[in-house]
Amino acid sequence: MKSVRLVWVYPDLLSTYGDRGNVLVLERRARLRGLPVEIVEVNSDQRVPRDGDIYLMGGGEDLPQTLATRRLLADGGLHEAAGRGAVVFAVCAGYQMLGTEFGGVDDAPVRGLGLLDMRSGRGERRAVGEIVADVDPGLNVGRLTGFENHQGVTRLGPGVRPLARTELGTGNGDGTEGAYHGRVLGTYLHGPALVRNPGLADLLLYWAAGPLPQFPPQADELASALRAERLGAVFPS
Amino acid sequence: MDDNTQHRTRLPMRARLATTVGGAAATVSRLAGKGDGSVIGGRISLRLAPDLLAQLATGRQVVLVTGTNGKTTTTKLITAALAPLGSKIASNIYGANMEAGLTSALTHTPDAPVAVLETDEKYIPAMVKETRPKVVVLLNLSRDQMDRAAEIWLLARRWRDALAAAPGCRVVANADDPLVAWAASSAQQVTWVAAGQRWREDSWCCPNCGAHLLRDGDDWSCKECGGRRPPVSWMLYGDDVIEPSGRATKLDLALPGRANRSNAVIALAVAEAFGVHFSQSLRELRKVTSVAGRYTQVNRRGCDIRLLLAKNPAGWLEALDVMVPPPVPVLLAVNAQGPDGKDTSWLWDVDFRRLRGRPILVGGERRLDLAVRLEADEVAFRLVNDIDEAVDAALAVAAAGSAPGGTTPSLEVLANYTAFQQYRVALGRVQ
Repeated sequence: MKSVRLVWVYPDLLSTYGDRGNVLVLERRARLRGLPVEIVEVNSDQRVPRDGDIYLMGGGEDLPQTLATRRLLADGGLHEAAGRGAVVFAVCAGYQMLGTEFGGVDDAPVRGLGLLDMRSGRGERRAVGEIVADVDPGLNVGRLTGFENHQGVTRLGPGVRPLARTELGTGNGDGTEGAYHGRVLGTYLHGPALVRNPGLADLLLYWAAGPLPQFPPQADELASALRAERLGAVFPS
Repeated sequence: MDDNTQHRTRLPMRARLATTVGGAAATVSRLAGKGDGSVIGGRISLRLAPDLLAQLATGRQVVLVTGTNGKTTTTKLITAALAPLGSKIASNIYGANMEAGLTSALTHTPDAPVAVLETDEKYIPAMVKETRPKVVVLLNLSRDQMDRAAEIWLLARRWRDALAAAPGCRVVANADDPLVAWAASSAQQVTWVAAGQRWREDSWCCPNCGAHLLRDGDDWSCKECGGRRPPVSWMLYGDDVIEPSGRATKLDLALPGRANRSNAVIALAVAEAFGVHFSQSLRELRKVTSVAGRYTQVNRRGCDIRLLLAKNPAGWLEALDVMVPPPVPVLLAVNAQGPDGKDTSWLWDVDFRRLRGRPILVGGERRLDLAVRLEADEVAFRLVNDIDEAVDAALAVAAAGSAPGGTTPSLEVLANYTAFQQYRVALGRVQ
């Protein structure tokens, strides 16, 4: 069986807080279904492989975010992969990078990767805390639960759809959260965003590998319990 | 007139009143059972005289100790290493490390000519300005409680600016941590210590220009801007400390682990700046056995329990290094209250795979976060509700042990801040 190639883009620049969690969750959920997984970690001094199935981008401070963007534009690998339909999943700083512009060091505008029709800048205050958001029904993914920690404000253009509508927290800043177009998807949920959102992890795997076999429900018990606990903590019944 | 009174009379009237009222508040807070009172006392004093800290620090030799990990332990080790001076030493031993805590520590010991003060990372610029320290110690910088702490590159830049503006101050810094080295290199006088760096996930890139760093063992350099690890005068080499003269001596500390050996070498470098003889300082360092309940061994129902505190991925990595070997069970516990940081994402930066195959117990208010993390690393575990359930498990493991005469039941506990304090209280406020 063909293996799923996970490419973790620039963990040396874009990995501030538990971003490895997304790699580990995708790996586990693929293996539970008998799908072989190959993980490629690409540092910023290496060439981005063109033949990945899922590309992951994490969070980062202003300077690394700017440097990573510059390098990815020069490398061209991520664009080539996205162009032929590979999945791109980015959180926090990585999400902002996908747009046409974002605020860099001292909020100076920086040209983004241009993979999503959106632009980001700096907001008035930092958004820190639990976030809950209702996902676009077209994606058939349960509501998002996670943690956000950013000062970004993102305006979506007509070429993308919001990933979700915020119920709690800030997200893009206008009641929407995240964005997607085709198989390129980003969110302000930071770090290990897929841990509490296994449905989103499965969507990415489905995009990459097609219809997914079932696995025993016990394998999802802990993740479901954690998800229920966190949602219960912010929305007490 | 004793020394105590002499120092107080040198303070202006308003400052003198502030220290007395603050002291009274601290006593009330202690009596009310709300901690050791150092923060409330300091806060009230500061409101009465905002420049109080600067006045209290005047005429004293101040050491500020900062970094992401090891502040409390290093502060205690430096205090021990300076004991041969024979002077009274002021210190914030309860870890209250912001302005109010520092003020309180100095207020309580007005006659101490030396002060060794643990200082929160983000308060360093303000505290350097106010206390005009003789020495600033920079241990390390890594990701920590990012829901409330500043991003670390920003923090390093602020240290750098503050130290450039403090020409009289000597910096004792870990040359093996690129971010720390970059921050310290703006100071006029630096004692560089090769104190090692176990956690590297925050320093793959040059803090000066952002290029991917070349790393070879503990050495590092940048091929783009030419930045490199500065030449060191002190070094931790395995279990040995190497002095500036090149002589190697076994540290032989009572405290466990590489991180504490690293902290001890830093303490020796600070003692040298105070002119204390190396062998006298080392003798004092070896006597330190626990730090505010950390590393303490306690016995509960015949089970030896050792408590380890670590608050972030770098700290957990070091703590997992000092665990006694299997089959001794390990209790891991995580909370996410304010002081812990409300975000548990950092658990995904810790590699737990080495815990496979030994009994693991999982506790704390956020034990489900930890459980999901361990599941992903294929580490088997059991959830427990409190320390007694963990002790039951440790007793069962020991009873099943095959050693003739049975093994002594023991349990290793690793917890983050408030989870650690809860266990400490449950075990009777061990010191």
